[in-house]
Amino acid sequence: MKIRKPNPPQARDLANYPEDMLLRMYERMYLIREFELTVNTLFLKGKMPGTIHLCHGQEATAVGVCHGLRPDDYITMTHRPHGQAIAKGVTPKAMLAELFGKEGGCCKGKGGSMHVGDITIGALPAIAIVGASSPIAAGVAFGFQRQKTGQVICNFFGEGTVNKGDWHEAMNLAAIWKLPIIFFCENNFWGVTTHVSDVMLNEFVAERAGAYGMPGITVYGNDPLEVYHAVQDAAKRAREGGGPTLIEALTYRRGGHKRDDPANYRPREEVDAWLEQDPIPLFRARLAKLPSFPETKLAAIEAGVQATLVEAIDFAQASPLPPKSMALEHVYA
Amino acid sequence: MHNSTTTSPVPAKPEARNLTIVQALREALREEMNRDGSVFVMGEDIRVGGSFLFTLGLLDEYGPERVINTPISESGFVGLGIGAAITGMRPIIDFQYGDFVFCAMDQIAQQASKLRYMSAGQVKVPLVLQMPTGASGRSGQHTNSMEGYFFHVPGIKIVTPATPYDAKGLFKAAVRDDNTVLFCVHKHLYGSKGRNLVSSSISTGHVPEEEYLIPLGLADVKRVGRDITVVSNLLMLHRVMNVAEKLAREQAIEVEIVDMRCIVPLDTETVVKSVQKTSRLLVVEETHHRGGWGASVAAAVAEQAIGFLDGPIRRLATPDVPIPFSPVLEDAVIPSEEEIRNTILEMLKS
Repeated sequence: MKIRKPNPPQARDLANYPEDMLLRMYERMYLIREFELTVNTLFLKGKMPGTIHLCHGQEATAVGVCHGLRPDDYITMTHRPHGQAIAKGVTPKAMLAELFGKEGGCCKGKGGSMHVGDITIGALPAIAIVGASSPIAAGVAFGFQRQKTGQVICNFFGEGTVNKGDWHEAMNLAAIWKLPIIFFCENNFWGVTTHVSDVMLNEFVAERAGAYGMPGITVYGNDPLEVYHAVQDAAKRAREGGGPTLIEALTYRRGGHKRDDPANYRPREEVDAWLEQDPIPLFRARLAKLPSFPETKLAAIEAGVQATLVEAIDFAQASPLPPKSMALEHVYA
Repeated sequence: MHNSTTTSPVPAKPEARNLTIVQALREALREEMNRDGSVFVMGEDIRVGGSFLFTLGLLDEYGPERVINTPISESGFVGLGIGAAITGMRPIIDFQYGDFVFCAMDQIAQQASKLRYMSAGQVKVPLVLQMPTGASGRSGQHTNSMEGYFFHVPGIKIVTPATPYDAKGLFKAAVRDDNTVLFCVHKHLYGSKGRNLVSSSISTGHVPEEEYLIPLGLADVKRVGRDITVVSNLLMLHRVMNVAEKLAREQAIEVEIVDMRCIVPLDTETVVKSVQKTSRLLVVEETHHRGGWGASVAAAVAEQAIGFLDGPIRRLATPDVPIPFSPVLEDAVIPSEEEIRNTILEMLKS
């Protein structure tokens, strides 16, 4: 096993970016983090059924991607989809109710944590089988291309996916047909308990893009702006008919694979190095240096998020359970 | 070219337009592509027609934008079909052999079939897979009765036509259906050039010029009789038909034949009605015996009409072994006309 430590690039000057974009980026990252911590607490209290895969630590990837896309673009999500869904705009209310298995959930309680989504805002309900979403995302891109809609899709997956046949088939199909798709790898180095260096000889996932004749790029995934620029470039190329791009964002999950996993299989040295690079306080500190982001403003954003979450919990708890008859619905269109 | 003077067979009646299944399917595909610009077809080697010549000539007519030759990536292009269907297109995927669908098992059994359900109806997946099924002398990996493997999967439909008329009407309905449909045709029934077409009175047949659709999920009584009900589909239907015609001629036995031309949805109502009349039920299927769709038919009759039966329900199916190569061995495992005939006679004795 080869330990992988963070290697942040020279930070970009935030003064060059629109204030509302920076505000929105911080608000979304903070919301995702607090949402995940809330979910964790509710789980520990035994209030939620099922299992859960938290994404805290990876907020900058999801938020960076969705800022690099147009609102009418699509995403596909993984079994760890909460951050991706919130970044795209699925409401915390509809998400929490879904996690509770309630009728008010985004999928009326029929999907749960691993299948959240809202097709009306381009968040295709999440696909939890590793690799399976890549051909489907390529198909959505194919639909966009053939119907000349000008839209792009971003296919989220983890580094564990890049040894799956489905992924390779999708990469090749997207490349030969120049489909408007971004293959976006959240490389957190750990596929459940297995380190990427034990199952892949390439140092970077992005190297594999060359095998399919498409561009590949590795970016630092704990800075939303690094991700944002890579996605913006790839989306532009895809929209102009230049075909797909593979983007690899290096990041880390702060917790285990799932809620009851202490992740003690990870070496302390690697964990400590990454935990120090927490994307949220680091981005906050950069914002705080700008005159347009006084402490009061940052505190107000955070208070707003907390209020949103209180409201979401109330909504989810008050939402009715689905009627049993619903188990037999939605099988066929 | 040594022989340029062969003549095509003359149709039985001057007005009859006798087609093979593959001709009927190709006509259905053309009609649907003309009607709806969102319909396209993709698959391996379909630029030259595909394995069973389903798309023969279509590349010239519709161009590579709508007749799309794929790499050998079954899971990839089935998944791609699912995604395209979600955006409102109507993909048709031509499989060289239905057996290759196993490579795309997750995409069908876990994705196409469930994305609508898990999202509480947010998406629909109107996708048709054209799948040659059954044994045709090619050993274990090219002879599976694919319809059996997917019979257990909720959320998809399975069509198993045995005649050109049914194939056309059902195919058009499948293309317009908002769900994923596995369209399984027996390899001996296409009537593609260079392949044996099984011989029975209904292997080729009249297909009218005017448009028609056949709704999915309705069984069809292919022969009316009073003595016994035989439920079957695909190649087995033709064997049952041959046996029934002989029995009528030679022994005045009248077999009622129910064609289960869709197995999902499974129309057990038509079977129950028939059994109420004949009091005897035999199911003949090429799928493996264990868990075959025929078992569901038998169970439905046992539950709903056991009081009408004059004897035990019987099933003929392929034993639970892979299909062997040597023609004599393949014949030994697939229900034969002789077996069907003997079973019917035995049942009528009791």
